[in-house]
Amino acid sequence: MKEAIKKLTKAQIFWPLIIFLGILALNGVISGGEFFRLQIVDGHLYGRIIDIFRNGSKLMLLALGMTMVLATGGTDISVGSVMAISGAVACTIIEGSLFSFANGNVAFAITAAIIAGMLCGSWNGFLVSKIQMQPIVATMILLVAGRGIAQLICEGRIVTINSPSFYFLNGGYIFGFPFPVYIVVFFTALVLWGVRKTAFGLYVESVGCNAEASRFSGINSARIKFFIYVLCGTLAAVAGLIESAGIKGADANNAGFMIELDAILAVAIGGSSLSGGRFSLLSSLVGALIIQSITTSILSLGVAPEVNLVVKAVVVIAICLAQSPVFQQSFADLKFKFKKQEVAA
Amino acid sequence: MNQKFIEMQHISKSFPGVKALSDVPFTLDKGEIHALLGENGAGKSTLIKVLTGVEHRDEGVILLEGKPINARTPQEAQRLGISTVYQEVNLCPNLSVTENIFIGREHKRRGFIDWNYANEASEKLLKMFNLDIDVTQTLSRYSVAIQQMVAIARAVDISAKVLILDEPTSSLSAVEVQELFKIMRMLKDRGMGIIFVTHFLDQVYGISDTITILRNGEYVGTYPTSDLTRIQLVGKMIGKEYSEIDEKASEFQQQKKDKEVIMELKNASSAHIKGIDLSLRKGEVMGFGGLLGSGRSETARMLFAADPLLEGTLEIGGNTVQMKYTLDAIRNGIAFCPEDRKSDGIIGELSIRENIILALQAKRGVFKTISNAEAESIAQEYIEKLQIKTPGTDQLIKNLSGGNQQKVILARWLATDPNLLILDEPTRGIDVGTKAEIQRMVISLADGGMALVFISSEIDEMLRCCNRMTIMRDKEQVGELVGSEITEAAIMEYIAGGVQ
Repeated sequence: MKEAIKKLTKAQIFWPLIIFLGILALNGVISGGEFFRLQIVDGHLYGRIIDIFRNGSKLMLLALGMTMVLATGGTDISVGSVMAISGAVACTIIEGSLFSFANGNVAFAITAAIIAGMLCGSWNGFLVSKIQMQPIVATMILLVAGRGIAQLICEGRIVTINSPSFYFLNGGYIFGFPFPVYIVVFFTALVLWGVRKTAFGLYVESVGCNAEASRFSGINSARIKFFIYVLCGTLAAVAGLIESAGIKGADANNAGFMIELDAILAVAIGGSSLSGGRFSLLSSLVGALIIQSITTSILSLGVAPEVNLVVKAVVVIAICLAQSPVFQQSFADLKFKFKKQEVAA
Repeated sequence: MNQKFIEMQHISKSFPGVKALSDVPFTLDKGEIHALLGENGAGKSTLIKVLTGVEHRDEGVILLEGKPINARTPQEAQRLGISTVYQEVNLCPNLSVTENIFIGREHKRRGFIDWNYANEASEKLLKMFNLDIDVTQTLSRYSVAIQQMVAIARAVDISAKVLILDEPTSSLSAVEVQELFKIMRMLKDRGMGIIFVTHFLDQVYGISDTITILRNGEYVGTYPTSDLTRIQLVGKMIGKEYSEIDEKASEFQQQKKDKEVIMELKNASSAHIKGIDLSLRKGEVMGFGGLLGSGRSETARMLFAADPLLEGTLEIGGNTVQMKYTLDAIRNGIAFCPEDRKSDGIIGELSIRENIILALQAKRGVFKTISNAEAESIAQEYIEKLQIKTPGTDQLIKNLSGGNQQKVILARWLATDPNLLILDEPTRGIDVGTKAEIQRMVISLADGGMALVFISSEIDEMLRCCNRMTIMRDKEQVGELVGSEITEAAIMEYIAGGVQ
C-alpha cells in the first residue's frame, strides 16, 4: 500500500493534478460552492468548470504540440501567429473574399486553414531540421512575419463572419458537452496513440536527449524534428479555428497574442523538461488547465483587471516553487528541524 | 614522521542496491605519488568523491594532518587544501586562460578586476609549469593537453596540499604524458601529496611510489610500486590473469585465412577521406591501425553511412548498395560503436532498456513497436550475457560506470544481429577487467562468424584481437598485414612511413 502511494506521488502528473484540484477547491470555498454549480439549459451544461474546459481547449491543443517540440530540444514561439493565420484564412474564405470559388464552404475553409497551419509548421521544421537554425530564432521569423501574413490575408480589416455552422467549433454542444472538449479529446487520443503505441515517442525522447547518438542508432533525427514542427503548426491551426469561431471573426492583431508563452508555461507546469527528453502529454494538458483555471478564477473572483497579470504571475511563481526539487528538499529540511526543536522543547 | 598527511579509516558507502565501499583504508604521505587502481566499479571514484566531499560517507573517519575533517562540498575540500583535476577538463573553453585561472577569486582594485595583475600572475604561474602561452587567448584555442595543464595549475594555485588527478592522461599523447609527469615530480618535490587514478599500467610504473588496489568496493592492499610486478598487479585487480585470453587470441590468429568476403569498399571517398579499398571477411577481425586523425574513424563512419559515400562503391554480398542514412546501414547488417561514447553513444536520460532496444527498434521501423515485455526480456538477456552491473533495466544509463555504459552500447548493436560490427575505441577509458572482457567478446563473436572492424590506439590490444590489419597514415591507406605479419614492428614501420 505504502509502495503504491509512493509510486503515485512519484508520477509526473501527480503534482500538477493536485494543484489543479487545489485551485478548483479554493475557488469553491471562496465562492461558497457557487463555483461548482452546473446548470443544464436546453440539455447543455453550463458552469465555471465547463468554461475552464471550453476556454482552455485552445491552450490544451497548443500544449500538446509544444510538449512534443520541447521534447525534441526545440521550441516553437510562432504558435500564436499561426493561430492568427489559420483564423484569417478560414474567415476570409467563409466571407468569400479569399478563394471565392468555394462559395464560403465551411468544410473547405477549415481544411484550408489546417493546411495553412501545416505549411507554417513545415517552414519552421525546414529551418530547424535542414538549415539547422536555432529553434527560437527560426520560429521567431514566423512569430513576427505570421501576424503580417494574417493581416495581409485580412487586408488589414477585422473580418467578421455570419456562419452558425462555423460558430459550432467553439459554441456547439454534443450530448451536453461543449464541442471544443471533443476536439481536444480527439487530438489527444490521436497524438497519444501515435506517440505511445508506435515507437515514435521513444524516438522523440531519444532525439531530445542526444540527437547525434540517436542518428548513430539509426534514427533520422532531422525527419523527426521536421514532423514534430508540422504537428505543432497543425494543432495551432486547429486552436486558431476555435478562437475565431469564438469571436465570430478574425482579428489578425489579437488572435493568439502572447499565447505561445502560456503554452510553454503549461508544459513547464506539467513537469516536462524544457531542454528535451522525457515528456508527458497528459501532464502538459493539466498544466494548460491550471493556467486556464487561474485566469477563470481571477475573473470570477472579481479581481480588478489591471492586477490580473500580476496575480497570475504570483500564482505561477508559487506553482513553480512548489514543483522545484530544491525547494521541496529545503522545505522538508525545515520541517525536520522544526520537529526536532519541538521534541527538544 | 608517523603522522600521515591524509589518513582515511574504515570508509564505507552504499548506494541503493550497491555497496560501493566497505571498510576501506587509504593513506597519503607528503611528497608521495600514490596510484589508486581498480576495475570499473571497484570504488576508486567513490573513494575520491568521499574525500572531496562530493559524496558523503556512511561510516569512517578522514584525518588531514592528524585532525579529523568532514568536507561536505568540493569547495570546502578545496579550502582544506584538497583539489581535484578530472578526466574531462572542467574549465570554461570560451573564456581566456587568465579568466579560467582566476574565476571566482578575482583580484580586485577599487571594485574593478585588475586584469594586468591577473595576467601577470597567471603567466608567472604557468612558467612554473613550463608553459609559455598567451594567457589572454581563449582556452579553447589550446590543445587538450595544455588545457589540462591549466586546470592543474589552477588547482595547485588554489590550494597546494593534496592534488587528486582522476584519469588525467586518457586524452594525452605520449609526449604530453611525459610533460605531465615532469610537473607531477616537481610538485612532489615541493612536498605535495598526489593521488593518481589511471587505467594505464605503464604510467603507474612510470611515476607512482605507492599503489593501492580496490576490487568490488573492498580494499585489496597497498604496496610499494617497486615490490609489485605487472602480472601480480593485474592479477590483484581483476582476480584472474591475462594469459588465458592471450592463448585464445593466438590460436584465433593462426586460423585459416581467406574466408568468404561479405563486404567490399572499392575506391571509396567521403568528405574526409579518399580512395579506400577494403574487403571484410566473415569471421575475421579487421584492425584499422594508425595514429589519431590518420583516417581510421573516418573510414568507419563512411562504412556506416554516417558520412555519405561521395565516390566509389560499397558491395555487400556481391551487390552494389546505396546507403543514404545510418538506418540503411543498420538494415544492411552493419553496426557501429562510435569513438566518443558520451556524445555519440549513450542517450543519457533514457533507461538501460531503452538504450539497448533503440537500434533494433529503428531497424524494425516505427510501427512495429517492441512491447515492454519483449524489451524487458531483450535487456535482461544482454545484461546477463555481457554481465552489465546495474540494479535494474529501469536505471538511467548515465548513472552507470564507463565500462558498463560501453557494454550497454554493445548490447544495443548485438541486439540488431549484425553481420559486421565496427568498434571504434571500444575500450578507451575502461578498466583492465572490462577491457579483457571486451577483447574476449570480440574474439568469440568472430569465432561465431561475425565480421568485425576494430580500432584502438593501444597497439597491444590490436595485436591481441586482429587477424588482419589495414594501416593508415595522413588519411591514406599505407599497407595491409595478415595473420602472423601483424607485429608491433611491422605496424610501427608502416605508421612511421618506413616501408614504401
